[in-house]
Amino acid sequence: MSLKLKALLKSPWVFHLSTGSCNNCDIETLDCLTPRFDIERFGMLLVGSIKHADVLLVSGSCNRMSVERMKALFEQVPKPCLVVAIGTCAGSRGIFKDSYNCPVPLDKIIPVDVYIPGCPPKPEAIIAGAVKLIEKVGGTL
Amino acid sequence: MGKTIIPIGPYHPLQEEPEFFTLTVEGETVVDIDMRMGYNHRGIEKLSEMKTFENSTFVVERICGICSTSHPFAYTRAVEDIFPMEVSMRAKYIRTIIAEGERIHSHLLWLGLAGHFLGYNTVYMWAWKLREEILDVMEILSGNRQAYAMFKPGGVRRDIRSEDIPICLKKIDSIVPTLVMLKKAVLDDPVLHARLKGVGIMSYQEAIDFSALGPTSRASGVARDVRKDSPYGAYQEMEWDMIVTKNGDVFDKAVVRILESFESIKILKYCLNNLPDGEIDAKIMDVPPGEGIGHIEAPRGETFHYVKSDGTNRPLRHKVRAPTFMNLPTYKATIQGETISDATIILAAIDPCYCCTERIAVKDGKGRMLYNGKDLIQLSREKTEKIKKRMGGR
Repeated sequence: MSLKLKALLKSPWVFHLSTGSCNNCDIETLDCLTPRFDIERFGMLLVGSIKHADVLLVSGSCNRMSVERMKALFEQVPKPCLVVAIGTCAGSRGIFKDSYNCPVPLDKIIPVDVYIPGCPPKPEAIIAGAVKLIEKVGGTL
Repeated sequence: MGKTIIPIGPYHPLQEEPEFFTLTVEGETVVDIDMRMGYNHRGIEKLSEMKTFENSTFVVERICGICSTSHPFAYTRAVEDIFPMEVSMRAKYIRTIIAEGERIHSHLLWLGLAGHFLGYNTVYMWAWKLREEILDVMEILSGNRQAYAMFKPGGVRRDIRSEDIPICLKKIDSIVPTLVMLKKAVLDDPVLHARLKGVGIMSYQEAIDFSALGPTSRASGVARDVRKDSPYGAYQEMEWDMIVTKNGDVFDKAVVRILESFESIKILKYCLNNLPDGEIDAKIMDVPPGEGIGHIEAPRGETFHYVKSDGTNRPLRHKVRAPTFMNLPTYKATIQGETISDATIILAAIDPCYCCTERIAVKDGKGRMLYNGKDLIQLSREKTEKIKKRMGGR
């Protein structure tokens, strides 16, 4: 494992990107930061700028307006960057797969490392996904 | 002094939804605001027309995660309005319980976020910790923390088990002392008074002119609440107060929301204690041709749905108007003349919900350009000209 990736896994900083979601996944993500779930004990922190991020948390069904902005943002993330798709919309577009404004699923646009299914996934599921992400790239908690 | 334009968004840490603001400032003072949306548009109205009446409930639930009861509630009321039918009293009570639970969690969510924007992260953590208890109650009642899927045209999908009711009542009682403490912490704090009082004032007349809805208008003294004005569900069965304040500033909007949470707890407890027996589903077989409207008071204001049926099993047309659509233009009244540092909390004060609002997006073939009203009128006129020429008209 590269030194960069190893250092990143100690405390992955997360940037949250909503690409036309219904707020549910976003709120459950914010919920992870609050006292009951407290994801900060894994060193995870929500950051305000994409330039500080190690992990990109994508929710929503990637509508036409967002796709271009998402590509631009993905270019700005310092690499290596891990991508997590939160919710059914980001995973497979779910109920919106027939919509005229949601043309392609997320993994056709940017590479995705971990999918967290659910509509919305519970905070417990999001934490489990975060643990899986760290294990997948070879780190330990 | 020259004017500067500050762009905010579309991806910014302020709110979790993408939207794009341009603030025109002169020095520290905001003189104008413009916004561009479309980052959340998913074509829900069209999707709803492709699904059956019953399946559409799930689609409208995904309009917004925080209002995941309000939209199905308004939609089912619109379908029930197409033809004369009676929803059983038990179903009405269950609907009211779910709607009020959602109102409490939505108001607490707003309070937490408002605290976060002001730099009061303690309020954020306390409010969201308290919110978890309400989400637990909702999970016991419906099986999910959010997106409850309890509604269907003609009734509700699931019954409330009688053995769950005491557990829920106990949980609801347990949050009241903490909520009282939170209310005192927010309403008696001298720093918050200094920070919020007199900021972003919307007068009574402006609230009327902009047709503001929900807590945004009630903070300005407009006594307007669908639950009182045109009662639905079980709201006329019990005593509760409409919270109206006079000043119209951000502080009053917070007061309205906090006090409304207490009223919601009152309604919730009454409904759980007096849940009548009976069927929960009227079992609608088919929907005759016709049109219906349904409006209910969502946490943010009046949600309005229009459904047109042609006698088949799908809606011919489904129109949604969310409360934020009416509340967004009030920025023009509230933000002008304030400083940039207050802009954040003023933008947050109407409890905006952009994914509710974005029902229309106009684009060219490449999916890039967004037309405004003027362009649309221009396009329309050009088309008329073209048709005139083609038909060899004058």
